[in-house]
Amino acid sequence: MTQTPDAPTPPPKPTRIAPIIQHDAKFFWDASDKEEFLGEKCGDCQQFRFPPRPMCPHCHSLKREEVKLSGYGTVHGWTIPRHPPPFGFKEAPIVIIVELQEGTRMVSNLVGVAYEDVKQDMEVEVFFEPTMGNHKVPVFRPRSKKA
Amino acid sequence: MSDRKEVVIRGVGSSHYGRFPDRRVESLAWEAILEAMQDAGAEAGEIEAVFVGSVFGPPGVATRTLRGIGIGGVPVITIEAACASGTAAYHEACEAVALGRYSCVLVFGIEHLSSLFTRGAIVPEATDSEGRAGLPLPGLYALQAQRYMAQFGTRPEAFAEVAVKNKGNGAHNPRAQLKGSAPTLDEVMSAKMIAEPLTFLQCCPVSDGSAAAVVGRPKGRRGEVRVLASAMASGQLWDHRSKEFWGEGPVRRAAQAAYAQSGIKPSEVDVLEVHDSFTIGEILTLEALDLCKVGEGASLAPSGHTQRGGQQPVNPSGGLLSRGHPLGATGTAQIAEIVWQLRGMAGAHQVPNAKLGLVETMGGGAAGMEGNASVVSLLALR
Ligand SMILES: [Zn+2]
Repeated sequence: MTQTPDAPTPPPKPTRIAPIIQHDAKFFWDASDKEEFLGEKCGDCQQFRFPPRPMCPHCHSLKREEVKLSGYGTVHGWTIPRHPPPFGFKEAPIVIIVELQEGTRMVSNLVGVAYEDVKQDMEVEVFFEPTMGNHKVPVFRPRSKKA
Repeated sequence: MSDRKEVVIRGVGSSHYGRFPDRRVESLAWEAILEAMQDAGAEAGEIEAVFVGSVFGPPGVATRTLRGIGIGGVPVITIEAACASGTAAYHEACEAVALGRYSCVLVFGIEHLSSLFTRGAIVPEATDSEGRAGLPLPGLYALQAQRYMAQFGTRPEAFAEVAVKNKGNGAHNPRAQLKGSAPTLDEVMSAKMIAEPLTFLQCCPVSDGSAAAVVGRPKGRRGEVRVLASAMASGQLWDHRSKEFWGEGPVRRAAQAAYAQSGIKPSEVDVLEVHDSFTIGEILTLEALDLCKVGEGASLAPSGHTQRGGQQPVNPSGGLLSRGHPLGATGTAQIAEIVWQLRGMAGAHQVPNAKLGLVETMGGGAAGMEGNASVVSLLALR
């Protein structure tokens, strides 16, 4: 009698809600689905901006470039929104403002570290978590190794 | 500037603040407007225009309010600037009178949140990226608080002290949503955690309410309060290189403009009503108003400086933390409070010798921007 190996248990269904995709940020979310972390940069003054938008806030140029970001940054601010329980999360997530190496800041989540151990300016790196509807969103974890 | 006309607040009024699920939103405004008109000694026929502040309306709320109080036919302008909507309406009213467009206008703010936000906290606009990271509005302030602690070594108790002060004041304010409730420092610190490090008692309640003012040219009537300055600054594109926390920019710019208009120094102000939707908000605001240096705001309540008997009492009404925060009505509620304080009519929460008052409101929240808008106004008895 041959023994069949145990079928691998399927990963739990994601509960995180999918991003609302709008025209200007479509490239950002499409790239996230492929686990690529893209940013938007001015085609004239070369400065980065977030969230994506039609016009450069620094020089008002309408030239936009989509570029790959390093995915590295530091924690600028952090909290845990405990009440009311945030929709789409089994446990209250750590929410951070991350300052990316490219100079822009964005709001995201930090995982893989206890709240008490979060430090100002601690180094983090991007990875991707699945959402409902087969999408992925960028979130951060403590940086594994120095560049 | 010399052809600008003198502007006064002739009268003010307000509803009670709280959750009134059984009341129509207009009826709260009727209470506020009728009190303000009577206080001003103004007839409905004198009102040449109406400026209304409201965030969540509903659409047409201004017109349906006016139906109940016999004012019609005049221009009615409804303004939305997030939490600063009421003060923005007041600011536009003051400008219209100063520039000679009208000589008597009605301002009111109105909001009925209890019918809209049954889960508690207001959630950010869903397409802003903050919402998808599980961050409700209190979380935005919590991020600032956490950063502030890391930067200046501030202990969470310093934030809680602001709640103890303001709720202690509001306990004596018969119109406040949380009247009669004066929690201790321990109670504030051990209350349910909303967003680290801000506990439930450091967040303003969800409120319904309305407040009104009659603004115009002086009539020489007792109790008129002179508008020494009113300035509004909207948010700029958020500069990611900024060392600021979030949203103080508009407050700082509005304050600088108001101080410049009036020639008044921050240290001369006797009483303030400022935007304390969350405890950290009052601290950052007082720094932006130049009452102290950046990083020193957290010591103002514990040191007694901003307590009701202190040198510069802040939020003697209880502020948003105790009076409640009916968004569009908050600015006009602050104006009404300062008018009562300057007249010595504030009752049990009266501040001694208040000659010069300041009102500040901050409307925040839009991804990629510093904030929505801030209004700062300086007032004195005429
Ligand atoms: Zn540019």
